Amino acid sequence: MRPFTYERARTPAEAAAAAARNPGAKFIAGGTNLLDLMKLQIEVPSHLIDVNGLGLDRIEATPEGGLRIGALVRNTDLATDERVRRDYGVLSRALLAGATGQLRNKATTAGNLLQRTRCPYFYDTNMACNKRQPGSGCSAIGGITRHHAVIGASEACIATHPSDMAVAMRALDAVVETVRPDGTARQIPMAEFHRLPGETPHIETALERGEFIAAVTLPPPLGGQQFYRKVRDRASYAFALVSVAAVVQRDGTGRVALGGVAHKPWRVEAAEGELTRGAKPAMAAILGGARPTHENAFKLTLAERALASVLADAKG
Amino acid sequence: MKFDTPATNNPIDQLKVVGRPLDRIDGPLKTTGQAPYAYERHDAVRNQAYGFILGSAIAKGRIDAMDTAAARKAPGVLAIVTTLDMPRLEKGPMNTASLFGGPEIQHYHQAIAVVVAESFEQARDAAAAIRVEYVRQPGRFDLAAEAPKAKLVPGDSGEGSGAPPEERVGDFEGAFATAAVKLDATYTTPDESHAMMEPHATIAAWEGDKLTIWTSNQMIAWGKRDLAKTLGIPAENVRLDSPYVGGGFGGKLFLRADAVLAALGAKAARRPVKLTLTRPLVANNTTHRPATIQRIRLGAGRDGKLTAIAHESISGDLEGGQPETAVSQTKLLYAGANRLTSLRLAVLDLPEGNAMRAPGEAPGLMALEVAMDEMAESLGMDPVEFRILNDTQVDPEDSERRFSQRQLVECLRLGAERFGWSRRSATPGQRREGRWMVGMGVAAGFRNNLLMKSAARVRLDGQGVVTVETDMTDIGTGSYTIIAQTAAEMMGVELGQVRVRLGDSSFPASAGSGGQWGANNSTAGVYAACMTLREAVARKLGFNSAEAEFVDGQVRSGNRSVPLGEAAGADGMAAEDQIEYGDLAKRYQQSTFAGHFVEVGVDAATGETRVRRMLAVCAAGRILNPKSARSQVIGAMTMGVGAALMEELAVDKRHGFFVNHDLAGYEVPVHADIPHQEVIFLDEVDPISSPMKAKGVGELGLCGVGAAIANAAYNATGIRVRDYPITLDKMIARLPELA
Ligand SMILES: Cc1cc2nc3c(=O)[nH]c(=O)nc-3n(C[C@H](O)[C@H](O)[C@H](O)COP(=O)(O)OP(=O)(O)OC[C@H]3O[C@@H](n4cnc5c(N)ncnc54)[C@H](O)[C@@H]3O)c2cc1C
Ligand code: SF4
Repeated sequence: MRPFTYERARTPAEAAAAAARNPGAKFIAGGTNLLDLMKLQIEVPSHLIDVNGLGLDRIEATPEGGLRIGALVRNTDLATDERVRRDYGVLSRALLAGATGQLRNKATTAGNLLQRTRCPYFYDTNMACNKRQPGSGCSAIGGITRHHAVIGASEACIATHPSDMAVAMRALDAVVETVRPDGTARQIPMAEFHRLPGETPHIETALERGEFIAAVTLPPPLGGQQFYRKVRDRASYAFALVSVAAVVQRDGTGRVALGGVAHKPWRVEAAEGELTRGAKPAMAAILGGARPTHENAFKLTLAERALASVLADAKG
Repeated sequence: MKFDTPATNNPIDQLKVVGRPLDRIDGPLKTTGQAPYAYERHDAVRNQAYGFILGSAIAKGRIDAMDTAAARKAPGVLAIVTTLDMPRLEKGPMNTASLFGGPEIQHYHQAIAVVVAESFEQARDAAAAIRVEYVRQPGRFDLAAEAPKAKLVPGDSGEGSGAPPEERVGDFEGAFATAAVKLDATYTTPDESHAMMEPHATIAAWEGDKLTIWTSNQMIAWGKRDLAKTLGIPAENVRLDSPYVGGGFGGKLFLRADAVLAALGAKAARRPVKLTLTRPLVANNTTHRPATIQRIRLGAGRDGKLTAIAHESISGDLEGGQPETAVSQTKLLYAGANRLTSLRLAVLDLPEGNAMRAPGEAPGLMALEVAMDEMAESLGMDPVEFRILNDTQVDPEDSERRFSQRQLVECLRLGAERFGWSRRSATPGQRREGRWMVGMGVAAGFRNNLLMKSAARVRLDGQGVVTVETDMTDIGTGSYTIIAQTAAEMMGVELGQVRVRLGDSSFPASAGSGGQWGANNSTAGVYAACMTLREAVARKLGFNSAEAEFVDGQVRSGNRSVPLGEAAGADGMAAEDQIEYGDLAKRYQQSTFAGHFVEVGVDAATGETRVRRMLAVCAAGRILNPKSARSQVIGAMTMGVGAALMEELAVDKRHGFFVNHDLAGYEVPVHADIPHQEVIFLDEVDPISSPMKAKGVGELGLCGVGAAIANAAYNATGIRVRDYPITLDKMIARLPELA
């Protein structure tokens, strides 16, 4: 961990302004991801802006009939909120499938969206990694890739995004509300929030430098049956090999987003029309063009079978 | 005290304190955080500085140059010692890789420098500023690729299992060729990490040329010897203190870099230094259980009697290392006239392979006991009955040598009854509960009992308080408690009257904790010391020592009765003795046995395997404390779940290191993975083993579990996975079509 300075911001605008003043600054929320990375010198901020005191820890109803989730709402509080449990079951289940009780008590909505990959080579600073050190190469390609992406990857990076929450939010078409360093606000749909690695795997989201997340809004409830099926090597406290977030309506139509397969929550709206025909055609369309490694090709079958079991459960 | 004839009736047989399921005497200290582990010994010595170890970034080659200028200028830095500052250090007899010194790199994350600073953060930060120029050399990192070059070597795990390079009884090839039913299968087990909760940690302080280290180590006497040798100082100048150990599993049997570099750092900084290995260093700097490739051939007649048994194992290690002795149980577990075992070792440039809980048997049974399951199916026999049919009461290689006790058949029979084995479908893939395909599996558990010299000192004070001192360690196993029980039984006092002090090298040398030998031997050492003390007390009182009784805090003889404290007098009394063994272990085969039964569910859609029920029936001599023994066994069963279903150090065969070197990447079972676990101990006393008539259980609980799980997964699905761990990717292509 490099020495750093620290300040506590009181308003979102102040936080954004502080970020503008300090080019090497980072926001810190729960710290459950950032601090680990700082200890390993994977993140080396010279300044930390603590955003825990901004009062952004409420979940409010929106005039449109959805929910506005403050950026600092803890994962536990979000998962157990009565409205979330009733109307956005997929989100509640996704959150509870992630990490552990202790971590969820600390982890925040914004922090969860911005958590970084679990690619083991990213974590070992002796290894070349384009995400950690742009231009240095990708050690994962040709190495241990069982957990890596099967679709949307590039020659530069094959990492996945590890969040469960974000997969559910993608299925729900959530929108990220931000404040830029100049004080202006904007709204970024989840579909555009996380990026594919391309040539620049170190740029992971649509956020600009110093841009602050204030909230995530959920559109009005979709109804239907909501599932989050997380497949993993042990029963708890493990990142997904593959996860399926699904909202299935009575007529068999619905939405599906996948975790564990790409650099972002993976959803192909155009493929969802296939859902009524079953998991095989639907997944063929969702993962069309997938380019797995020999170690992770099983994820294609796994995703299809996980979706099949979700659809079977939906039929009851 | 020399133990060379079978034990007869002795004070332990009273079983007033020994044999009872008593709570741990160190439990309150541990649950309230008052038992300080090595890194937390803030009061042990003043003015502690922090050390941080830098590990090599390459797996094989040489260091050309190290630039420490920036690091030395970093804030708070007190001293830096690099591997180029000294020639390669000596090492202990059980270590393969050198721990420090010289430019040569033998494996990834080999320690190449220690930075000492005022704070941990400063030390870590400065370590990252050291620039190293490496010259890389190609290395051998792929066991399968090196296997054809592997040479026949003998193996001795040092922890109870061993085998010659090749051993033959009868004519294996001939018998196998003509056997009516045959199996020829190859199984693989991966590299595994001990992943103990407490990483290796040491505080070192010099006073002149005397060195004290507060550390976390299973074997105090070895540690003292090896640290002195490594540093080139006389052993009498070294003191080790390790009263609490947060798990070891064999990873702390030997001296490691934490102790060496804390000592070197403290010398350079002229201050006490504390340091710990980071998680990545636990995986790549220390030792691990090496991967194996095991070929098993079994031949039997139609009647199910084995006629031919061959078990050949290949593992890898650094030059000069040891093979994993995966075939040793196969020499003893089943009858059969024609036998072959062999061990081969490939040279690899991965980190050092060495002992991990039940070295040899743990991975060996993961193969053998699946082979037995496959053979039972080929024979159309129940796997429990097949094992019982092939039981032996003598060493199959030497029919003159009987087992001191062998209740494998009883373990299997009782286990089958308790587990509801009769409800298992012999045809796999038959039982379905919702999304789960459900199956049951069985395996035999086997682990040798080892006899090791062990000494203790027992003091008696004027209040009748008994204090035991021995360098025995409690690695979470319950040593404190069973030693207190032993002393209480021997001296005729309540448990609360006994104090136990462990883990200090200034105490008499014990057997230490390893190879499941700790409980039986260390308590036998305490027994010996108590016997000597009883004689001294009796003599002092003018009692005939053979007649003196030690009961209820009194010494009695005839109609005289003297309180113990009074007998000791104001100055107290003390006695020291040790248990040593004659040749009973040669005359009898001493082993422990178990029947492991497991039920698993396999998700029909995804292939996720989850354990639903587990039962272990153990026959392991006298159980000194059923509560702590049960804890040992359920912990071991949990480790078996890890080995069967998830644990694997992933080898990067290009760079030569274990990639998943933290607890997020190296998965061990969590609570949600462990369902109902039941443990039954058979009534057994083994007078051949020691005056305690006890044996070990801590490793037995692991031996066979992985195979029982594998067999249950097969019974659930009809899919046989012979490469551990049994993860869903190895099953998914063969799962049934979904509706
Ligand atoms: C052992 C372990 C297991 C885990 N398992 C899972 C799992 O199974 N599934 C899962 O989904 N997650 C898992 N996680 C990840 C966990 O969900 C994240 O660490 C957590 O959500 C991060 O939230 P935080 O508030 O602590 O973020 P921080 O660590 O505080 O911050 C993370 C990043 O977000 C930035 N940031 C924070 N707030 C804002 C804001 N308002 N605006 C802009 N930027 C901001 C920070 O600068 C930093 O870059 C696991 C974590 C650990 C340590
Ligand atoms: S996959 Fe991405 S994160 Fe992993 S090593 Fe390659 S560039 Fe780095």
